[in-house]
Amino acid sequence: MVRAEGVHKSFGAAHVLKGIDLEVAPGEVFCLVGPSGSGKSTFLRCINHLEKISAGRLWVDGRLVGYRQKGDKIYELKEREVAAQRRDIGMVFQRFNLFPHMTALENVLEAPMQVKGETKAVAGERARRLLDRVGLGDRGDHYPARLSGGQQQRVAIARALAMEPQLMLFDEPTSALDPELVGEVLDVMRGLAEEGMTMIVVTHEMGFAREAGDSLVFMDDGAVVESGHPREVLSHPRHERTKSFLSKVL
Amino acid sequence: MSDPVDNAAKVPPEAIKAIPVRHYGRWVSAVLVLALLALLGVALSGAQIQWSTVPDYLDYETVLRGAGNTLLITVLGMLVGVVLGTLLAVMRLSKNPVVSSVAWGYVWFFRGTPVLVQLMLWYNLALIFPLLDLGFYKDEMNDVMTPFLASLLGLGLNEAAYMAEISRAGIQSVDEGQTEAAHALGMTGGRTMRRIVLPQAMRVIVPPTGNEFINMLKTSSLCFAIQFDELMKAVTDISSRNLAVMELLMVATIWYLVLTTVFSVGQFYVERYFQRGSARALPDTPLQKARRNLMTFSHGTGSGAKP
Repeated sequence: MVRAEGVHKSFGAAHVLKGIDLEVAPGEVFCLVGPSGSGKSTFLRCINHLEKISAGRLWVDGRLVGYRQKGDKIYELKEREVAAQRRDIGMVFQRFNLFPHMTALENVLEAPMQVKGETKAVAGERARRLLDRVGLGDRGDHYPARLSGGQQQRVAIARALAMEPQLMLFDEPTSALDPELVGEVLDVMRGLAEEGMTMIVVTHEMGFAREAGDSLVFMDDGAVVESGHPREVLSHPRHERTKSFLSKVL
Repeated sequence: MSDPVDNAAKVPPEAIKAIPVRHYGRWVSAVLVLALLALLGVALSGAQIQWSTVPDYLDYETVLRGAGNTLLITVLGMLVGVVLGTLLAVMRLSKNPVVSSVAWGYVWFFRGTPVLVQLMLWYNLALIFPLLDLGFYKDEMNDVMTPFLASLLGLGLNEAAYMAEISRAGIQSVDEGQTEAAHALGMTGGRTMRRIVLPQAMRVIVPPTGNEFINMLKTSSLCFAIQFDELMKAVTDISSRNLAVMELLMVATIWYLVLTTVFSVGQFYVERYFQRGSARALPDTPLQKARRNLMTFSHGTGSGAKP
């Protein structure tokens, strides 16, 4: 589903990603963990081309992200083509980023109607179903400011699912939440995982990674330190760096 | 020793009846201001001006038509300014260097020259282009460039330069996460701007736009220099015939104050509307504020309690 080969990313002089190689299979729940500043969020943002990679290759569903290759030449995609690629990739942000001038339902309706040109009837039916599914069927007419953090993040998940994506990216979805609200968001994510959604999750929730994850990658300083099955890596870390990180967060 | 929480539950707290701080300064300043106003009144009543004629001119047909045209040119000029200004702001933020330079150059020119000069330039355009030839439309420039059109272009294009900067500030005030979220959903740049960014920028754009409106109402008086029949031209036309200069300037003053006051009130309520949902408490309406200020005199407790 997602394949990265030698992915590098620099912001000016800062070398944030130093050659990432990994592969995510369809239906897999792939967890990215590591200390802050390790580049895991940056890598996630490269997958839907919110950040341009500086070197290497990155494929989603067999297609290069943000570029087209012809022979040995590589061409930048047009804005419209990048937007088309992103339709099939849902993303959930740490700070929710709901549209504050729209109700919860309008947030979920926006992309299907504007991007896919669906009618209000078709999009509305799905939007209500999705809000029901994240447990907010009765909050459709609420503005984001009147929802709790956990509710906002669940609306954000529904908004991403409304585009019927093949792949979901989660960028620390519970880091901005009060501890007691983390559970309701993780429950929704667990449900998605059980249904076979391909998910890449940047998280500090080791419990979630252990239970729901199929693979786990530990990143530090822009590189993959170790990877494997979550239970394996979390219980028997091989590298010193992983051990010292896990001893602080577990 | 008893538990403090338990104790508090048993004995209800007694309401504090303190003697409020006396604000002597308010009384002194009130007396001083009243005295000065009285002096001004005395001076004006003894001035060599025929106050009795002022009300007669207020609803003179020429004056009413002038006030109407002032209003018309302000609304239309503002419309041109807002539409073109928003376009310029979006252009200015474009990644296309040519487009953003054009917007920069526009703002540089129109903000850098006085409105009066711009009005004169438009009005006298026939001096350098006697014929207007747009291919599909051909006419004498003097017939096309009426005082009305010259005023509209002068005020509107100048306003666009200011509105461009106001809109740009509004657009830049919207959190970057909003753009990212829209892009992640597959929305293109243009659609993101229209559907997501601009509606949110409005809250920042609206208050200074109200100010611009009131400014424009007054700036439009400059159009009398290019023969546009607005309020200022109406009163100068009359006073050049009957020589009641100050009387008619008073008429203009009153009309401008009426117009700006009406718009200030309108502006207040529009801003209040756009603050809904974002501000914790809506600001007081003028009536509520006046009531509260009067209370400070009768009770002595100031508005200091409420910032």
